[in-house]
Amino acid sequence: MSKKSASVWTSIPFWRRSAAWVTGTATVLLIWLTFDTMGQIAMGSDADLEKGIKHRIPAASVINYHIDYVMDEKRGHEVPVIGEKEPFFGKEWSNQEAADLLHLGKLASQAKNCMNCHTLLGNGAYYAPDLTKAWLDTKWNDGTMTGITGKETKEEAMAEFLMHPSRYPTHARMMPNLGITKKEAVALVAFLKHMSSIDTNGFPRNFSQSAKRLEGGTHAH
Amino acid sequence: MLTSAHLKYESQKLAMNYFRVAIVLFGAQLLMGLIAAIQFLYPGFLFELFDFSVARMVHINALVVWMLFAMIGSVYYMIPDETGEEAVAIGLGKLAFWVLTAAVTVVVLVYIFIQVGSASETTIWFINEGREYLEAPRWADIGIVVVVLIFYWNVFATYMKGRRTGIMTVMVANLFALAGLYLCGMFFTDNISMDQYWWWWVIHLWVEATWEVFVGTLAAYALIKILGAKREIVEMWLWIEVLMLFGSGILGLGHHYFWIGTPEYWWEIGALFSALEPVPLVAMFVHVLYDWGKEQGHCEAKGNAHAINNTPAMAWIAANAFGNFLGAGIWGFFHTLPQVNIYTHGTQFTAAHGHLAFFGAYATILIGMMYLAVQGAYGVKTMKMTFKTKMSLFLIIFGVLGMTVALTIAGYEQVLVERADLGGGWDAFFIAQELPWYVQAQAWRLVMGLVTFAGFVYLAWDLLTIGKVTATEEAAEGMAAQAA
Repeated sequence: MSKKSASVWTSIPFWRRSAAWVTGTATVLLIWLTFDTMGQIAMGSDADLEKGIKHRIPAASVINYHIDYVMDEKRGHEVPVIGEKEPFFGKEWSNQEAADLLHLGKLASQAKNCMNCHTLLGNGAYYAPDLTKAWLDTKWNDGTMTGITGKETKEEAMAEFLMHPSRYPTHARMMPNLGITKKEAVALVAFLKHMSSIDTNGFPRNFSQSAKRLEGGTHAH
Repeated sequence: MLTSAHLKYESQKLAMNYFRVAIVLFGAQLLMGLIAAIQFLYPGFLFELFDFSVARMVHINALVVWMLFAMIGSVYYMIPDETGEEAVAIGLGKLAFWVLTAAVTVVVLVYIFIQVGSASETTIWFINEGREYLEAPRWADIGIVVVVLIFYWNVFATYMKGRRTGIMTVMVANLFALAGLYLCGMFFTDNISMDQYWWWWVIHLWVEATWEVFVGTLAAYALIKILGAKREIVEMWLWIEVLMLFGSGILGLGHHYFWIGTPEYWWEIGALFSALEPVPLVAMFVHVLYDWGKEQGHCEAKGNAHAINNTPAMAWIAANAFGNFLGAGIWGFFHTLPQVNIYTHGTQFTAAHGHLAFFGAYATILIGMMYLAVQGAYGVKTMKMTFKTKMSLFLIIFGVLGMTVALTIAGYEQVLVERADLGGGWDAFFIAQELPWYVQAQAWRLVMGLVTFAGFVYLAWDLLTIGKVTATEEAAEGMAAQAA
């Protein structure tokens, strides 16, 4: 448009100013919301866990507790519930040990490139099952995998599976052997158990119902 | 694509180098995609030799990197046209090109031959970071930052020295944001929610904000080059698009924060702003078609047949107008509301949207820029579509649309069976994967992937030959005119 515009709607300076203001406002809002979210998704402390104070992401020592995923009527979806203490690989881990284990597990999940087959919190590839609540999956709880691997507890079965996945196939699409050591496998299980305690606003939906549905045979298989 | 003989500026010659590497990486992306598609149907294919995780990682990384190369190439190509100046630090720019190409080669070789490492910082530094799209090991992260800084210096300093058009102003501001955001993805944390929160700052704010604005600037530049569109009108549109793209895209980030441990208020923010995200894509669509129609009308009024001096480039830019709206806008909107997303998140719906959106919004316009560069490189006045151009356009578009529809059907089946009915556990996942709807959809995806690859072969062939063929024809016509 020429310098003297017939209307504001055809004026470049008007649109340039508007673009700058809208972008600036959106950015400021995003930064403000980020500060609030950072507070809410910071990992909780071990002391809070002892006292039963809830955090969206609990401390690493949550691996010492029983975790469940149950319907919350008020929120209208399932939420993680942290229950009584239960041994993890046969013992209670100190705060420092638990933190170190989670650190190693998260590193292992990246080093072994889990996300390019599985999804974590729903993000990643879709070639293998979602791992968000894998710790709570019926497959580990109903005796299937403990039976196949010949292990006593589900954490031991999970670790055994991670070390020799193609030895225990559950489907034609198998997990490859990624050279996961015993130590890394234990850490990965801790990482999975910790992830299952994250409050994901009800994702995956109806997860705790899956066992009942599968027994009932409501699907066309 | 094999010559840069007619380019006056070193900056544009450097652009040709970037385009050449981009096209090679595009081919690599498609090959890796084919391997991954085969593995969905025949899980034993290359099992424990070249697993799905590796094929898929190289597939998505090659995508990001070829687009990065083509984007940098596009900017180096337009700098002299827009500013009237040679890029200020062209020697450094050339060095950066070779460093980047060498680094990408090393990273890909490590991905392919070493694949995974032990759970240690060494793996994060030297093999891969294992974070979708941002797998580049940390040494390469730092290298990329250095290369991008050199590139940005070239753009910024040249802009300051030369003519400051509206298009270049948007480009300079946008590239600053694009480069800065990469830093958000360069740290390690034990808290996976925190990890994904910042990861999305890179991925979403790139793809759904800065890259879209980038596409807007390229479209503006290309319309001026191809149609002779009036700069003032194009630039006014560009500012409106920037307003709407950033206005919706920045807070549209919220649609990734529904289920990763972040607070519930992101449901409303994400739903509102991501529902607005298709609006600027409609604007871009209208804008391109408006300018095309208007300039064509002017031409016909003057008694000339065609406003377009490069039909292959214009065809790809028109494909961009449609593809961006359809792939990013419609297919994105399909699953953007939390009420829907709780069922569709992490299913093949995402893959369907991803395929059409990356192709429609980015691949198309970058291919258009390549044709524009080939026209310049061979000094061709008017470039017309060849048989190969038409074949590549048809096969690639048909192939990608086919893959998208197939994956949408697969995702639909997953939503009904795996999510709504069975609740999304391990058994639910595999039951859904075995049903005929899903398996047939994956088979069609593979077929359509092959169609796309055939289209790519035509595309590469055309880019290599069209310049020389057209230049020879124009020379012959010139001789004939002189003789007459």
